[in-house]
Amino acid sequence: MDEIFGIPAPLLFGQLLLGLINGAFYAMLSLGLAVIFGLLNIINFTHGAQFMMGAFVAWMLLNWLGLGYWWALLLAPLIVGLSGVIIERTMISRLYKLDHLYGLLLTFGIGLIIEGVFRNYFGSSGLPYRPPAELQGGWDLGFMFMPVYRFWVVVFSLVVCLATWLMIEKTRLGAYLRAATENAALVQAFGVNVPRLITLTYGFGVALAALAGVLAAPIYSVNPQMGTNLIIIVFAVVVIGGMGSILGSVLTGFGLGVVEGLTRVFWPEASATVIFVIMAIVLVTRPAGLFGRA
Amino acid sequence: MASETTAGAIASPRDEIGFWGFSKPQLAALAVLIAFIAVAPYFLYPVFLMKLLCFALFACAFNLLIGYVGLLSFGHAAYFGMGGYIAGHTAKVWGLTPELAVLAGAAFACVQGWIFGWIAIRRQGIYFAMITLALAQMVYFFCLQAPFTGGEDGIQAIPRGSLFGVISLEPDMTMYWFVAAVFLAGFLFIHRIIHSPYGQVLKAIRENEPRATSLGYRTDDYKLVAFILSATISGVAGGVKSLVFGIATLTDVFWAMSGEAVLMTLVGGIGTVFGPVVGAAVIVTMQNYLAEMGAWVTVIQGVIFVIIVLAFRRGIVGEIANLLRVKL
Repeated sequence: MDEIFGIPAPLLFGQLLLGLINGAFYAMLSLGLAVIFGLLNIINFTHGAQFMMGAFVAWMLLNWLGLGYWWALLLAPLIVGLSGVIIERTMISRLYKLDHLYGLLLTFGIGLIIEGVFRNYFGSSGLPYRPPAELQGGWDLGFMFMPVYRFWVVVFSLVVCLATWLMIEKTRLGAYLRAATENAALVQAFGVNVPRLITLTYGFGVALAALAGVLAAPIYSVNPQMGTNLIIIVFAVVVIGGMGSILGSVLTGFGLGVVEGLTRVFWPEASATVIFVIMAIVLVTRPAGLFGRA
Repeated sequence: MASETTAGAIASPRDEIGFWGFSKPQLAALAVLIAFIAVAPYFLYPVFLMKLLCFALFACAFNLLIGYVGLLSFGHAAYFGMGGYIAGHTAKVWGLTPELAVLAGAAFACVQGWIFGWIAIRRQGIYFAMITLALAQMVYFFCLQAPFTGGEDGIQAIPRGSLFGVISLEPDMTMYWFVAAVFLAGFLFIHRIIHSPYGQVLKAIRENEPRATSLGYRTDDYKLVAFILSATISGVAGGVKSLVFGIATLTDVFWAMSGEAVLMTLVGGIGTVFGPVVGAAVIVTMQNYLAEMGAWVTVIQGVIFVIIVLAFRRGIVGEIANLLRVKL
């Protein structure tokens, strides 16, 4: 089992793993976007910047306060989520009565501000962030080398996505959320505090992005631009999957990550564009997206 | 999107359509604009003015979609940048004269707009914005790798050449008049589109698409043609810009460039005829003076986005028009 389709097995499985990891980030980010879009009806363009903030907060916690990875995994989503709550309360909430495109423009502007501020203070080059001692090293599986941290990222993000799905589908809060997505006015008439639900939802979506950022910090270098290019790919993922279904966006995220990884093996030049090409094909054949409702 | 923000709803006797679809206040504004273009190069640096005019035309092309069809394209850099690359390549490698090089860039942007528009108009609103952005990013990655674009270096030392093979455009002033002529032609062309029967249908689609459909209009065809026109004019703007500076780079196909088109139009006033020109002037001037501040320019642009969306959705020209109770 040294070669598969003429490709050395370690290379193939290595890229497959890399694809799964990228897929994990696509899944977590598109999940957050979908949750926010469901209730707020805006596309959160700040999502990439908030992903980047998650990574930076992890770096700051370690280098300024001496709090390690596990603390960051807990605190960074809370801190960034709180900043999201403030953004929603002070700015986004003023736009609900207007065309949804204004929400997109506003969050795009906020994203520019955040990215610019971080670039001023930290420069464009990346900052290193090491994975915790428990997750360093790797296993030799015979056909490939499996770094422990990468394995952890895939497993942990799957757990997070599953937990989010359970929370939305199986809990009372999730039921409120789904009901408010369908008809906010009616849910409010039943005595649910919808504005607060909206704020919490935005904070939760942002926290998911920040959590993905913390996971990404040891893999990619922590730099101010790390979120922006990623988020455009995630937009394509969201268009492909459609934002109607939670599990749909998770599946699409992981699936496209794997496709991208395989493309990197068989046709490296196309790996940067393959997701966009898939998006175009899906739009032509199934305009509502794979899991979307028209 | 523009309906609630522009002065479009305000009708007054002064809005009577006069010469070439321009109302009297618009004619006055047009006279000011032409006078400015004619006089400015004697007081201001011509290269700066040429940059301004290129971006003004780019923003006008973008405004044709957002202001009159209600489509927010977040990927107009793809047409602007590719127009620049094709014009630069044909002028430098094929040795085409400048007007043919720009036409080649425009033709490419036209075909590209046709394909991308055909894909993107399947979805509306936010999805449309995301799709156009994603397609533009695909073009960016293509330009990063394609051999003829020169990757990170871009196409350098593009000759300005001689107009029709006769008039050398190397002197800045001669080039300036060429750019000014292209800008005015594009500007008037867009104005003509908007005030044609076709443009009226576009506005009807913006206001209420299902009703336009029920009246028998194939709205998708109308939207696609508007998209192609907008992409083509963006390609012209990009082609001229690459000739002015003699360089075509990745900056012009990057998503940030698409964001700038949005910002200029937003600052000037979505759905106003003169807004994108004023917005482009404001943003290009700002970038010129703040160039040394590095990343703070990004922060300032973000702040402008936030302030305009929260407080001045009409933009500069829209606010003035509202104050004077006219359409501009």
